[in-house]
Amino acid sequence: MKAYLSDRMGAALLMAPLLLFLGAAYAWPFLGVVNWSFTLPEPGLGQYGALATDPLVQSVFIRTLRIAAIVTLLSVTAAYAITVVWVRGTPMQRVVAEFCILVPFWISVLTRAFGWVALLSNRGLINTWLQAIGFISEPLTLVRNEFGVIVGMTHFLIPFAVFPLASSMRSLDDRVLLAARGLGSSRMRTFWSVFVPMTRSGIIGSALIVFVFSLGFFVTPAILGGGRSVMIAELIYLRIFQSPDWGLGAAISVVLVLFVGALMALLFRYVRPKQMI
Amino acid sequence: MPTYRPGPVSLILAALVALFLLLPLLAVIPVSLTPSRMLAMPSGELSLRHYRALIEDPRWINSILLSIRIGVVSSAFSTVLALCFSLGVWMFQPRFTAVLVGFVLLPMVVPPVVSAITLYFLLTSISGVSSFFGYDTWLGVAMAHAVMTVPFATVLILVSLSQLDRRIDLAARGLGATVWERATRIIMPNIKFGIVTAALLSFVLSWEEIGVTLFITSVNAITLPRLMWMGLRDNIDPAIAALSVILIIITVLVLAVRSLVGRLRGAH
Repeated sequence: MKAYLSDRMGAALLMAPLLLFLGAAYAWPFLGVVNWSFTLPEPGLGQYGALATDPLVQSVFIRTLRIAAIVTLLSVTAAYAITVVWVRGTPMQRVVAEFCILVPFWISVLTRAFGWVALLSNRGLINTWLQAIGFISEPLTLVRNEFGVIVGMTHFLIPFAVFPLASSMRSLDDRVLLAARGLGSSRMRTFWSVFVPMTRSGIIGSALIVFVFSLGFFVTPAILGGGRSVMIAELIYLRIFQSPDWGLGAAISVVLVLFVGALMALLFRYVRPKQMI
Repeated sequence: MPTYRPGPVSLILAALVALFLLLPLLAVIPVSLTPSRMLAMPSGELSLRHYRALIEDPRWINSILLSIRIGVVSSAFSTVLALCFSLGVWMFQPRFTAVLVGFVLLPMVVPPVVSAITLYFLLTSISGVSSFFGYDTWLGVAMAHAVMTVPFATVLILVSLSQLDRRIDLAARGLGATVWERATRIIMPNIKFGIVTAALLSFVLSWEEIGVTLFITSVNAITLPRLMWMGLRDNIDPAIAALSVILIIITVLVLAVRSLVGRLRGAH
């Protein structure tokens, strides 16, 4: 009995500091933000009404969903191509692929966005070269628009898409593929009818991660969109700091959390968490 | 055992993706060597003036020192809290563990911009009470970073605990070790690699944190990413290119050393 009590005490003492810290520094202020959304500038559901009717807010929501969908498709496809080599290549190919995945992964989002500015801006690498070889006379607008945002976000998210794909490809049994080949299926056919279906859970997991990440993405769209291709996260920032409307910023945040939560709940119903990781 | 290798089409596609991944990192090198004061390709001569600016301009040095201080404090804080919490989970396996762990992981799952507005609310509320611990103070930033990094530290420590053999702890318990002795002399020495990794990851995440930092600082607590952000938004400063080159080289070196060490270990 005494041991049981001391166990409970021990667990409480060890676990309490972090739970109290996050309760005070995360849960409580989040409720404060929810409270803002119902009380600023005046009590009521006014901000949520505004969300439903304001054409600017709606266009930002639609743009965010569109960009997130495109980025998800591009990054999962690109990640799939490089993961195949990372998991199934020769030892040398694996080292090179791993280098190309991990180096960008560990470099900060700002440096990577800046790299795209250096490549895509009017006086950047691509425009300078294209003009030097006389291919174009005027610089192409590659940045400060949706194109730049999509390129930068895809680049940022590919490494995140790689990890769920890699674990599903690693657990795949080689003998199945060899059997398909042995039964006369071509390389292409083996890939599309055996390899891809067997990595389905990895594809779903990585698409979910990328889509959720891109919904709340802030830094890359703000830098590469140049204020012209505003996504939800930047809209929240603008509502807090530029045209102070804290209530609306808070209401958008609440809607974003609910949306992401619903999305994850939906996916957890269809894909068991174990299959995803 | 025969293995199934990727064919030529796969290799070509993967090479294109690899090129896409490395291209922006390579592009900053020529920009960092431009003699121009604005973002441009060097035409003809190269210059190291932007590297010199990093050393001579006190703003860069100050922000680097501030980022290190915030990183060390927030990483120490979040690693200790994550370690205690994970030990509690592993040693006592209390009821509602899944719910509690889920709660701790929230800052990792919630969109960062929502965490940012939440921490902005927290720090502006604290500012009303204390002037050196709230909005735009280094302690405030360190606390906010601890909130953001603690889920990652917890995951890493829980993973390394899950690989630990419970029987060594049971043996210590059976021989009469107290909870404190079991934690510090049996369990922690066996997961030190996980603890160190958690601390390092927390530091790196704090060092490059920008999404939240942007919401909770204005003029005083200018961390390195915050300073880069200012230089990127207004008039693009090529010193950022020079700094990026240095950060990329450090990353490549660390990764190379790590994989070399891993290979040497594997060889034995």
